[in-house]
Amino acid sequence: MADSALPTAPVPQLAQSVRDRSGVRRRLRYYGEKLGGSLVSLFAVILTSFFLFRIIPGDPVRTMTHGRPVSIEQQEQLRREFGLDKPLAEQFWSYLTGVLRLDFGDSFQFNRPVTDLIGERLWPTVLLVGTSVVISAALGLWLGVRGAWNHGSLSDRVNTGVALTLWSVPSFWLGLILIVIFASGAGWFPTSGMESTAVEGWERIPDVAHHMVLPLVTLVAVVYAQYLMIMRSSLLDEMGSDYIVTARAKGLRDLIVRRRHAVPNALLPTVTLIFVNLGFVVFGAVLVETIFSWPGLGQLFYSGLSVPDLPLVQGLFILFSAAVILMNLLADLLYPILDPRVRP
Amino acid sequence: MSLLEVDDLTVTYRTGGGDVPAVRGVSFALEAGQKLGLAGESGCGKSTMALALLRLLPKTARLTGEIRFDGEDILTMSWGRLRAVRWAGASIVFQGAMHSLNAVQRIGAQIAEPIRLHSKATEAEIRRKTGELLEHVGLPARRADAYPHELSGGQRQRVMIAMALACDPKLIVADEPTTALDVMIQAQILTLIESLVAEQDISLLMISHDLSVLADTCDRLAVMYAGRIVEEGPAAAVFGAARHPYGQALAAAFPRIGDPASRRRPQGLAGDPPDPAELPTGCAFHPRCPARLDHCDRVDPALWPTADDDRRAACVHVLPDEGLSLLTKEPA
Amino acid sequence: MNGLVWARRRRTAARFWSQFRQNKAGVFGLVVLALFVLTALLAPVLTPDNALSVTRPPGSPLDGPSADFPLGTDRSGRSMVDMIIWGSRVSLTVGFWATFISIAFGTLFGILAGHFGGWGSSLLMRVTDWFLVMPSLVLGVALAAVLGRSLTTIIVAIGVTSWPTTARLVRAQTLAVEARPYIERARALGGGHLHVMSNHVLPNVMPIVLAQTTLMVGSAILTESTFAFLGLGDPTTASWGATIQAARDVGAVSSRMWWYILPPGIAIVLVVLAFTLVGRAIEGVLNPKLRERL
Ligand SMILES: Nc1ncnc2c1ncn2[C@@H]1O[C@H](COP(=O)(O)OP(=O)(O)O)[C@@H](O)[C@H]1O
Ligand SMILES: [Mg+2]
Repeated sequence: MADSALPTAPVPQLAQSVRDRSGVRRRLRYYGEKLGGSLVSLFAVILTSFFLFRIIPGDPVRTMTHGRPVSIEQQEQLRREFGLDKPLAEQFWSYLTGVLRLDFGDSFQFNRPVTDLIGERLWPTVLLVGTSVVISAALGLWLGVRGAWNHGSLSDRVNTGVALTLWSVPSFWLGLILIVIFASGAGWFPTSGMESTAVEGWERIPDVAHHMVLPLVTLVAVVYAQYLMIMRSSLLDEMGSDYIVTARAKGLRDLIVRRRHAVPNALLPTVTLIFVNLGFVVFGAVLVETIFSWPGLGQLFYSGLSVPDLPLVQGLFILFSAAVILMNLLADLLYPILDPRVRP
Repeated sequence: MSLLEVDDLTVTYRTGGGDVPAVRGVSFALEAGQKLGLAGESGCGKSTMALALLRLLPKTARLTGEIRFDGEDILTMSWGRLRAVRWAGASIVFQGAMHSLNAVQRIGAQIAEPIRLHSKATEAEIRRKTGELLEHVGLPARRADAYPHELSGGQRQRVMIAMALACDPKLIVADEPTTALDVMIQAQILTLIESLVAEQDISLLMISHDLSVLADTCDRLAVMYAGRIVEEGPAAAVFGAARHPYGQALAAAFPRIGDPASRRRPQGLAGDPPDPAELPTGCAFHPRCPARLDHCDRVDPALWPTADDDRRAACVHVLPDEGLSLLTKEPA
Repeated sequence: MNGLVWARRRRTAARFWSQFRQNKAGVFGLVVLALFVLTALLAPVLTPDNALSVTRPPGSPLDGPSADFPLGTDRSGRSMVDMIIWGSRVSLTVGFWATFISIAFGTLFGILAGHFGGWGSSLLMRVTDWFLVMPSLVLGVALAAVLGRSLTTIIVAIGVTSWPTTARLVRAQTLAVEARPYIERARALGGGHLHVMSNHVLPNVMPIVLAQTTLMVGSAILTESTFAFLGLGDPTTASWGATIQAARDVGAVSSRMWWYILPPGIAIVLVVLAFTLVGRAIEGVLNPKLRERL
């Protein structure tokens, strides 16, 4: 009666330790590959940023000074300053080592190291983007689960319709409309900035929260739809599967079937998306931060673009791309924890 | 009183493209401790029938008729009562155990789940019972920590069987329990099911497209075609000498257990089973029937006792000549 | 032979349409799209000659809605209705051309990589990987910044950053198609690479590409408005995004000139939503499993 596919009882000690060791090696290899892939991507990004900004326009100095009257001497001066008179490989090498030391050079318009500027503006962005991702993921997943469970119902159709419409809304426009209605109109919220000047100490927390409401609503509104749609379709897929019938046949309530069986499975593809999106949302904040004068990286990027402030834009370009790469890597590392099938 | 009585059961799927009558008036009874086999080509409504027994069909399905399980009417039962009957009264072993198990839960947890739900056992007792069940189906208890993908197809089907036994049900419905397995493993799983139901005096409704598998395992056989039972009787008699031409074709198709080549289409039987949305007039089988008579496209015979009254078949050939006009429904 | 092929194509198209028609949202999207395309084509007829003129504008600047100007005037005194009408030209042009670039490159590389496999295929995957991790908007913005401000730059930037998605999709589809037995047969009968790719793979990949295209035009239009808003577009074109940017510049937000801000945004939402709905409806027809959940 023994199943022929049943593994024969192993010689306990030896076989066990051999299996463990090869398992460890496999796991190390998996993580090593993922890490290596990310490093390659990062290198490609640095390479891109170097060539994109220096080679394509032919003369970076002219790009830098785009549309402004600059004397020949000033141009020569700039060229020496940026080492543009040296061979390309040498330029790239010093650029690369600079980037690796987190040295992106000095900003033209602020006359300060880009790294310092980024350091100052990082936290407002992390606060805004982090909060918006948490809220939109929670909202999107919740609505997606409800939609799939009652799919075809009126509330599902309304929810999907609203989500698709909001997805089609340009975030900067939505921000402006919200300001017109709730800030400059009703006066309920400040029109711009992150905090009021007069406020000190613990009072700052409610003050910042007050400033954050409209930017947050804007970001959440344009982002949650994606989570909703992915969660909804992934859960619909799961609901048609056999193991859901098994779970119902066991006598479980629908609510438990959903919570314990369907949702955990449907979450798998969604989690990846959330992480990948997280990197992009950082950049999505450019528009919202600009509209609301939120003192974050996005606004910094916008101000760098309009000059154009080359070192600043370059530094942020690498930072934004690195954020996406990092989130992708995290998703790759997290996924095996959630899904035993891909556990290395 | 029989353990399970199904009376004139119909199941109709409502779809965008119209109604699909997947089960069209099925009646049968299953005694306690008896093993009934249900055969038929794929698409003839076997799984629909099986899922209807515990009202597990999707919302698009409409049911009429009566299903009495242990004296209670399943179709009118409250949801709470129905949930209590599910698994504790009757459990199901599904086809293709790969997808019938939750891929991201350990199998021990999945076996323990119905025990926790239907009994007041403590966690320690549940764990012990889970281990016992696994050993009972021939798996070491420590495999409880495994995930479904770490097991072979046969092992997964063993897990399904252990799970089906978890709450000591009175009836197990096995829907193509061996279809996805290769021949060697099929035989092992069949033997396992047979010995377990015999040992614990559980009734078995076993579904397969393979008549020979059923004939080996079951006491009685029913043959389904296009949503109806067309032949019913003691296993050996139906397999050995079917009265309905479709039953004969099925019996001829599977001379030997689990021949995968003939899984799709019985040998010597041309064509495909009809689409339930577009059934032929008269007897649904007449377009493929080798023994067709002229009026077969107009008369639709009911299931009728044949020469010995333990067997029934739905074919003009088994009807007494003079009864023909009485027993058939002429299309309006 | 040819007649037969055409008859079959016509039948397929008829079946496609009868299924598409059942999706009400898709039909709504199609109607909206038709209206916008008509508007864009008829823009010169629908508006006066000096509609876009800054030097001889039809009205005075920043007037609210009136009988002459139902949606008021912009900062130069041009009618907002005319601005919206002309803006549809820009949006649809950018949407179509950017998508065309993206689809052309994506399909070409996707089919080549899927068909030939090997190192070319791996290289493509690497390259698309690389494009996918770089926030495409950043890359686009950077491109636009270095190439100068024009509509062409925006089109190229969107096209260049969005082709990898198409290429991946097409490659996967090509692999699926080439696994089918009749491709084997076509090869056995002496069909060369070009024959197999153009006669067998392409027709089977096109439906997916079609659905992808419609979805992509919507997001390209959204991206265009973003670029224009960031000031990367040609300052002289009356794109909807640029109009919103102009409204912001003259302080329409704080003085609440809703007629300046609201209409261009609504136009963007309508067009993008229309493309999205049509794209989803097409996907639904092509993939019955998706259909029931739309
Ligand atoms: N959810 C459903 N909606 C519509 N039709 C269905 C559905 N499930 C099954 N059917 C149809 O009902 C018929 C019987 O299917 P099924 O019970 O699975 O047959 P079997 O188990 O004998 O292969 C088939 O024609 C099938 O297409
Ligand atoms: Mg079945």
